[in-house]
Amino acid sequence: MAVSGQQFPADLFSTFWLKTMPVVEMTQQLYRFFPQLKNRIITVPAGTVAEVISAVNEIAPGFSDYVLDERGALRRHVNLSINNTMVVDKIKLADRAADNQTVYIFQSLSGG
Amino acid sequence: MSDMILLGTRKGTLIFDRTNAGWRPRPIVHAGIPVCYAASDPRDGTLWASLDHGHWGPKLSRSHDRGASWVDISSLKYPQGARYIVKYLPTPDFNPASPTALPEYADATILKIWNIAFGNANQPGRLYAGTIPGGLFISDDGGDNWELNRPLWSHHSRGGDLFAGDATTENHWNGTPASIDYGVFEPGIHSIIVDPQDPHHLYVAASTAGVIETTDGGQSWAGRNQGMLMDYLPNPESEWGHDPHFVTCCPGQPDHLWQQNHCGVFYSDDGAKHWKKVSMPDLGVNFGFPIVADAHDGRTAWVVPARADSERMAIDGGLFVARTTDGGQSWQRFQSGLPQNNAYDIVLRHSLDAADDCVCFGSTTGNVYLSQDRGETWQCLGSNFPPIYSVRFG
Repeated sequence: MAVSGQQFPADLFSTFWLKTMPVVEMTQQLYRFFPQLKNRIITVPAGTVAEVISAVNEIAPGFSDYVLDERGALRRHVNLSINNTMVVDKIKLADRAADNQTVYIFQSLSGG
Repeated sequence: MSDMILLGTRKGTLIFDRTNAGWRPRPIVHAGIPVCYAASDPRDGTLWASLDHGHWGPKLSRSHDRGASWVDISSLKYPQGARYIVKYLPTPDFNPASPTALPEYADATILKIWNIAFGNANQPGRLYAGTIPGGLFISDDGGDNWELNRPLWSHHSRGGDLFAGDATTENHWNGTPASIDYGVFEPGIHSIIVDPQDPHHLYVAASTAGVIETTDGGQSWAGRNQGMLMDYLPNPESEWGHDPHFVTCCPGQPDHLWQQNHCGVFYSDDGAKHWKKVSMPDLGVNFGFPIVADAHDGRTAWVVPARADSERMAIDGGLFVARTTDGGQSWQRFQSGLPQNNAYDIVLRHSLDAADDCVCFGSTTGNVYLSQDRGETWQCLGSNFPPIYSVRFG
């Protein structure tokens, strides 16, 4: 990522862009199916977790189908958190990810 | 002559090729991912695998180059509004005679793509998939897009049209224990039979419901369970509630159908209008999961019996295959080449297949056995494979 930012001073770039938009980090297991997400910082507009997943799906078409079921609910063995707080709404994914926050996508240890 | 055997295993898809030095396995594909079914489309050689991701949801995977490369497909989904009536695993105090409680509904999501079947030779691109919970999906473009068959989903035997509203009939479809891995007790469609002579004629089998037939391409469905007997409900001849572990037909004589049921082996020679129990318990032929019919002779079938029903393992520590050539009037046991001591294998419903004179099966203990003389003698193709969920010649 940060390709276009190279024309700005690094600290200015990170202050006004990288550090403000929510970042998405995920288990590396997902890179097997979506290698285009590997080795990059994934930034998305602030919004609900549903919107965050949708934004990642724009970068990696089909991504949503791995994390969510056909009703848009979080799959049973996937966990999401915003910073250190687990997402509460696993059905509609209405929790909001604000600027400067990180959305983490984990494999649940409960199964798989 | 078949030149390939596909195994769906707990740890991926294994492909054996027939070589001058015998059958040889390739390195595993879909490594680490449970594959509950893998098969080759006899029309064009496309390979299919049903991936049973623990975390990421069921997916299909397709190869157009005989397994050199695979592409995963996520398009098999229940449509908005697809609901079903929830069932719970019967508890010890379950009373089937008690008044039916008000139905509880759930939105359907794919839990498992349990079986893949291929359309008739003159139906290019037509594919079928059976799922948990209880869906039959149809594709007419080679698997790019899938559609739920609504007449079967909304059948009167399972509550009627739940897209339109709440149940209008009683639900007779119960769950299959195979769904418990997913935290539910829902029905599953594991057998799909396409009449080679009539593309509009299909049978599907669901656990726990029974056999259902359509003769109009899936617009209407009717139960075909006459003659079936069960030993776990008060009425052994109930129309619904049967547990066909696997149902298949003789491709050359499609009126000859075979069923390895929870309650025995059943045979029909009249297109499932009547079933007849052809178990032979004294010979060990009764319980089991898989069954396969000969390609040409409808009276010939093979089973791999197991001990019922709470033990579910080889009988008396030894594996054998039983074959009938007279429609189940008599059975022969074959065990040459199969272990006769300390064998605890169980062979699951999709893990037995036949092609020409070859018969092959794989077990959850990771053993694969092949016969090249119609099941009479056996050789081991390997003993350290992952637990095997399906075996299909390709």
